[in-house]
Amino acid sequence: MRLHEYQSKSIFAQHGIPIPKGRVANSAGEVKQIAEELGGRVVIKAQVLIGGRGKAGGIRLAKSVEEAEEIATQILSMDLKGLPVRRVLVDEIVSFSKEIYLGITNDRTERKPVIIASGAGGIDIEEVARQSPERIIKIYLDAPFGLHDFQTRELAIGIDLQRELWKPFNAIAKGLWKAFKETDAAIAEINPLVVASTGMLIALDGKLVVDDNSLFRHPELVEIRDLDAEEPVEVEARKYGLSYIKLDGNIGCMVNGAGLAMATLDIIKQNGGAPSNFLDIGGGASADKVATALRIICADPQVKVILVNIFGGITRCDEVAKGILAAQKEANKNIPLVVRLAGTNAEKGLKLLSGTNMHTAASMEEAAGKATRIAAGEKK
Amino acid sequence: MSILINKETRVLVQGITGHEGSFHTGQMIAAGTNIVAGVTPGRGGEWVLDGKVPVFDTVKQAVEVAGVNTGVIFVPASAAADAILEQAEAGLELIICITEGIPVKDMIQTCAGLKKTQSRLIGPNCPGVISPGESLVGIIPAGIAVPGNIGIISRSGTLTYEVLNDLKLAGRGVSTCVGIGGDAIKGSDFVDLLRLFEDDPHTKSVILIGEIGGMDEEHAAEMIMNKFSKPVYAFVAGLSAPPGKRMGHAGAIIEGGSGGAKDKVEALLQAGVKVAGSPAKVIVMIQD
Repeated sequence: MRLHEYQSKSIFAQHGIPIPKGRVANSAGEVKQIAEELGGRVVIKAQVLIGGRGKAGGIRLAKSVEEAEEIATQILSMDLKGLPVRRVLVDEIVSFSKEIYLGITNDRTERKPVIIASGAGGIDIEEVARQSPERIIKIYLDAPFGLHDFQTRELAIGIDLQRELWKPFNAIAKGLWKAFKETDAAIAEINPLVVASTGMLIALDGKLVVDDNSLFRHPELVEIRDLDAEEPVEVEARKYGLSYIKLDGNIGCMVNGAGLAMATLDIIKQNGGAPSNFLDIGGGASADKVATALRIICADPQVKVILVNIFGGITRCDEVAKGILAAQKEANKNIPLVVRLAGTNAEKGLKLLSGTNMHTAASMEEAAGKATRIAAGEKK
Repeated sequence: MSILINKETRVLVQGITGHEGSFHTGQMIAAGTNIVAGVTPGRGGEWVLDGKVPVFDTVKQAVEVAGVNTGVIFVPASAAADAILEQAEAGLELIICITEGIPVKDMIQTCAGLKKTQSRLIGPNCPGVISPGESLVGIIPAGIAVPGNIGIISRSGTLTYEVLNDLKLAGRGVSTCVGIGGDAIKGSDFVDLLRLFEDDPHTKSVILIGEIGGMDEEHAAEMIMNKFSKPVYAFVAGLSAPPGKRMGHAGAIIEGGSGGAKDKVEALLQAGVKVAGSPAKVIVMIQD
């Protein structure tokens, strides 16, 4: 679960990290008021849960209260990558001499948290990592002990930070580590952390991504989740424990298991088809869940055919078949189905579907081939 | 012959009285697995599964009374990390954690704790391990696996079933099939298991089933190039996955911008691994 910039920065501030003066606003009127309070010169930043918003025109500077209102009106009517902008953050403008990158994540190979810093922060940090990896300093942390003072000094020296800023940098890095730990974060990131012309270190941007598996023990974070800023169909799917990602094609896919779901998409593409979605119904799905999954797929007007690919382990194919029948009964449009059932109770499942006009397939290759031909307008 | 588990393996099921735990214990017994104990706190003293399996309150008690060397975990995500450490503290050699959805922070602490013990962890979020005809520890449907000389290591549950089933249909069998799990932080990776397969005289070749994310396949490729003598075949899922849904800069910086299926396939090919475009095509390659 990704938090908005304003939410992330507010959590960082609670851990002693200096952030610019500013507030979040829902309307141009509010933006005007905040801009007045901040003296007119402000930066207006779209609060959306996707990357690259700056390059898409979602971050702009205003030199006066009037301009702030005007820009806010424009940004608040924008769509960024298909999602409407509903909120903007209005921050004071901070002039600075240096941009630092500071982030913490978990390293899969080392099985440890790692803190990363670079003196070449800003929007091109990933390019820096690729082109000049020597400009990126990484220190692995031992979870029980956390971040030591000597480690933050090592980072500060590694990014050529002037000595008088080592202490505040230490406080910021430790604050970030605390925020990371307490929120069960997958990522806690400040980019850029700037050396302001006042001589202070200030976090101009902030990002927190929380580990979804830990949300059961973070009701306070679930509460501030901004569902309006997420793809509605993905929110709907998640409610039912389904993992759904919208794609561009016309072949709907319902599969159990993420690996098998990805392989199914790969094979559809190899056959010349184009999947409309990724959908993993998980293990042991009930008929209800299957029916919901099919409803979600059918809601996409592009879908011309649906491929069901199930290899039952915990999942029982007869439950899947019952779900398919239930969804078909209530569906008002007739989208052809290609069904491949294998594994636990596959015969039972196929028997339940035998009276219907569904296409069946013995393997996922065959199913992908059939679905691709139907999507292309051929009979079978 | 096999790796990790065989006829002698004495298995404890943690969470044996739960819905999943109880159902799959029945399946494991039917597959010939030597289930010698179960653990559910507060239910010690009961006998379950038609009176065949004694239940203990703690793993330590089960080890003392029943003699256990391998544990399998079905408890909910919020309690699973604790269960792993309990089994390790009690001295189990092999711990297989089926539970999915364990918080990453818990797994990082657990892996740090495991370093101080002799235990090997497989999973979490995995289907378990099967040595067909000898033992099944986990949730793999036993009927789709037959004994043979091919080793399998997989990051995906249902893709594993797909490959086992295709092998069976092609008349080929498996020495041991290991689902290492799909989580970011896990107990064992491809390299750990390749080492065991290298030393297992009965395993003649190995199938790797990978997927996008992380660097497991790249590390496996490096190991295969230098220290692995048997033929390796692979399928990597996610070639058509959209790059969207990214986790911010930190992940990309750490992994140097890699983790995509294309890079993984490239690395494996360079190590001499035969990579197929689908699970079914992997099987065809082995027959060639």
